[in-house]
Amino acid sequence: MAGTGNYSSMLTRPVAQSGQCLLFLLRMISGIRFSTAQILSVLQQIYLIGARSLVIIMICGFFVGMVLSLQAINALEQFGASDQVSLLVGKSLFRELGPVLTALLFAGRAGTSVTAEIGLMKATNQIEAMELMAIDPIRTIALPRFMAGMISVPLLTAMFNALAILGSVVFSIGVMDLDAGIFWSKLQSGVYFYKDFVGGMWKSLVFGGLVSLVAVFFGYTAKPTGAGVGTATTNTVVLSSVLILVFDFIMTSFFI
Amino acid sequence: MEERTDNPGSHSSPIIRIRDLVFRRGRNTILDGVSMDIQRGSIVAFMGPSGVGKTTILRLISGQLKPDEGTIEVNGHLVSGMSDRELHDFRRNIGVLLQDGALFTDLTVFENIATPLREHTKLPEPLVRRLVMSKLSAVGLGGIEDRMPHELSGGMARRVAFARAVVLDPAIMLYDEPMTGLDPIAVSTVRTLMRETNDALGLTSIVVTHNVTQMSQLVDYCYILASAKIAGEGSPEKLSSSSQPSVDQFMNGKVEGPIPFHYQTPGVPWGLLD
Repeated sequence: MAGTGNYSSMLTRPVAQSGQCLLFLLRMISGIRFSTAQILSVLQQIYLIGARSLVIIMICGFFVGMVLSLQAINALEQFGASDQVSLLVGKSLFRELGPVLTALLFAGRAGTSVTAEIGLMKATNQIEAMELMAIDPIRTIALPRFMAGMISVPLLTAMFNALAILGSVVFSIGVMDLDAGIFWSKLQSGVYFYKDFVGGMWKSLVFGGLVSLVAVFFGYTAKPTGAGVGTATTNTVVLSSVLILVFDFIMTSFFI
Repeated sequence: MEERTDNPGSHSSPIIRIRDLVFRRGRNTILDGVSMDIQRGSIVAFMGPSGVGKTTILRLISGQLKPDEGTIEVNGHLVSGMSDRELHDFRRNIGVLLQDGALFTDLTVFENIATPLREHTKLPEPLVRRLVMSKLSAVGLGGIEDRMPHELSGGMARRVAFARAVVLDPAIMLYDEPMTGLDPIAVSTVRTLMRETNDALGLTSIVVTHNVTQMSQLVDYCYILASAKIAGEGSPEKLSSSSQPSVDQFMNGKVEGPIPFHYQTPGVPWGLLD
C-alpha cells in the first residue's frame, strides 16, 4: 500500500478477499433461523432499503421506457415498422435493461447506505459491543440486510419494468400516436412470460444477491475510520457495478 | 522494573487468574509476562499511559484475542482453550461497557437494553419490559425508553449502556475508559453506579483507565502497566506514595521518568539525518 513495491499483493489480495467474502456468505447462510425476530428484522430492512428505493426506481423506469420508445420508433420508422415498438421495448427491457439498470441503481442508492451504515457501526464500536455480548453481528446485522436486498431487487425490477412499459405507452401511444391495440397485441404475442420476463427476474435475483453481499461485506470489513468507511462505500459501487455487468453476460450466454 | 507486592484478600480464591501472559502484535510485544490475581467482589483498575495494552488485557480476558503465551483462567476455566460455543456462554456472564457506550444507533433506548435479553433468554415480552424498565430506573433514567441514542447526552448514553451491560446480571463487568468525555457530575454518577452495582450484585469489576484521580476514589486495587509489564500494583493510596519511578511518574503525571517521551528509541534523531 505505502509504495513498498509489493506487486504480488495486487494479485493475491483480490483472491484472498474473494475467499473471505465467500466465507462471509457461508457464515451468513449458517445464521438463517426463520425465527419471528429474524423475519421481522428482514421485513424492516426491506422497508428501509427496498421500499425507500422505490421512487428513484419508478422515475428512472418511466424515463427509460420513454427514451427506449423514442429510439426504437426512430430506428423502426426507416423500415416502416414503427408498430413493432412494443416488441423491441418489451424484449430489451425484460431481458436486459430492467434487471441491469435496477441493480445498478440499487447499488448506488441502497448498497452504499448499507456499507456506510455497517462501517459506521464498526467505527463506533457497535459491532464489537455485539461480539462482547455474545451476539453474532453477522447474523443480526449483515444477514437481514443481505436477505432484504436479495428480496427487494427482483421486486424493484418488476416495478421498474412496469413503469418503463407505462413510459413507453405514454410516449408511443400518447405522443407518437401509434395504435394502442397493435402496441398491446405485439407485446402480448411477442414477449414471452417465462423466457423473457421470468428469465430477467432470475437475473435480478442474482444481481440483488451480488450487490447486497458486496455491500455488507465491504461495510463489515471497512477500516473503522472516516476514510475507511468512505473507501468502502466507493468500493461497493465500483465492484457491484462491475460484477453486475460481468454476471449479466455470463448468465445471458449460459442460461437464457 | 517489576515490583511485586502482596495481594489483598489472598484468603479467597481469585475469580480471574492470569499467569505469564505474553501478547504480541507483529513485532511489538504489547504484554510481556504479566501475572495477576483478581479477587472476587473487588473493583480493579488497569492504569497506564495510552497505548500500553490496557484494553488488550480486557480483550484477552473476554476471549476476543488469544494470548501468544501464558494463561488466563476465569472461574477456573481456561479462556484461550474455549470452543466457540463455550466462549459464547462465557460471554453471557460478562458485561462490557466500552468507550463511548457503543449504543446501537438504529434502536431505541428500550430496544438497546432489551437486545441481550432477547438474544440470550426466551423471556416473555411483559417480563422483558419489566426488566428493561427496572434497569433503566436503576440508572436514574426512567421515562426515556422511547428515545433514540442520538437524542441523549453523553452521560445519559453512558448510563443506558451501563443498564444494557448489566441487564443479564453478569458475574464480571469490564469497563473500558467508562468516564472519558463526561462532565464532572456524570463522572460521579457513573462512578457511584459502578460501586453500588458491584457491591449490591456481588460483581467483580475491571476498569481500564488512564485517569488517576477519577479512579483513586473508586477502585480497591490497581495495576499500573508500563513498557508491557506491570510496573506497580496495590491500593490507590499505596501507589500514590510509591517511590517506584514508573509508578511515581504516572501517578503524578511527570514528563521525566522511565516511561519515555520518544516513541522510538532515543539516540538517533529520527528523520533528521535523511
